[in-house]
Amino acid sequence: MLTCKDASHLISENQERPLGFRERWSLRMHLWMCVSCRRFERQMTLLRQALRMLGKRAEDETDSSGFPPEARERIRKALAERNSQTHDHPH
Amino acid sequence: MTDSILGSPETWLDEHGAALYKYALVHTRDQHKAEEAVQETLLAALQARDRFSGGASARTWLIGILKHKIIDMFRHDAREVQLDEADDLADADEMQDSDNFASDGRWQHKLSDWGNPQELLERGQFMIILQRCMDALPPRLARLFLLREVMEENTEDICQELAITPTNLWTMLYRTRLGLRRCLDRNWVGNAMQAAQR
Repeated sequence: MLTCKDASHLISENQERPLGFRERWSLRMHLWMCVSCRRFERQMTLLRQALRMLGKRAEDETDSSGFPPEARERIRKALAERNSQTHDHPH
Repeated sequence: MTDSILGSPETWLDEHGAALYKYALVHTRDQHKAEEAVQETLLAALQARDRFSGGASARTWLIGILKHKIIDMFRHDAREVQLDEADDLADADEMQDSDNFASDGRWQHKLSDWGNPQELLERGQFMIILQRCMDALPPRLARLFLLREVMEENTEDICQELAITPTNLWTMLYRTRLGLRRCLDRNWVGNAMQAAQR
């Protein structure tokens, strides 16, 4: 018999690897009986969805004006330096 | 020849700099690291210019290099502090076990129902609290979790890049998930219920 602790491990690992036949079966039996673990499973699915939304949202919200001009200039300089070096010493 | 597809290095910064920086900032969450990652990416691109196949767009090619640079930085950070992993496991330990489970392996408390997931996702408040809970994680667990859940890297790649075993990775992800669940439960669901009772 799985404990809730075992079941919660399997629920989390199910997001990382395919569970074996026995693991799937014993998890299903446990979930059938255990309301807390059913809720845990739903919460883990929700957590994954929410995190992916958070990532997409962060990408949308960080607008282009967020690129500091000083950083841009520093990079431009580094790039120009390296570029001239490769031109001076072709391999 | 490649220049006609890629443009000259001077134009990369103007055409793609902001997009690269944005991507780096989202994933490193640190302005200095983001700048460093973009610079490293463009320098690497300059060197590898001849290998650009033209199959993908220049933007996609540059983002691909950037992704590796970011992962390299994570790995470098991980190496700098050798004891980090053990520490994080210990940190994660604190977030777990006796807090969540009784000695017989049952949940300490019956888990509360979070209600309709779709509704929850649409509520700004939930996402704000999720962000706060993420910010409160131990740094290395947070980065690992970002790689896996936000950048959507697969398990094998993360293990290879960070030189950890899958079992270790799963344990850390599990404990991070338990910690986040608990944080959300306390700060969001708990508050929402109190508000409903008022």
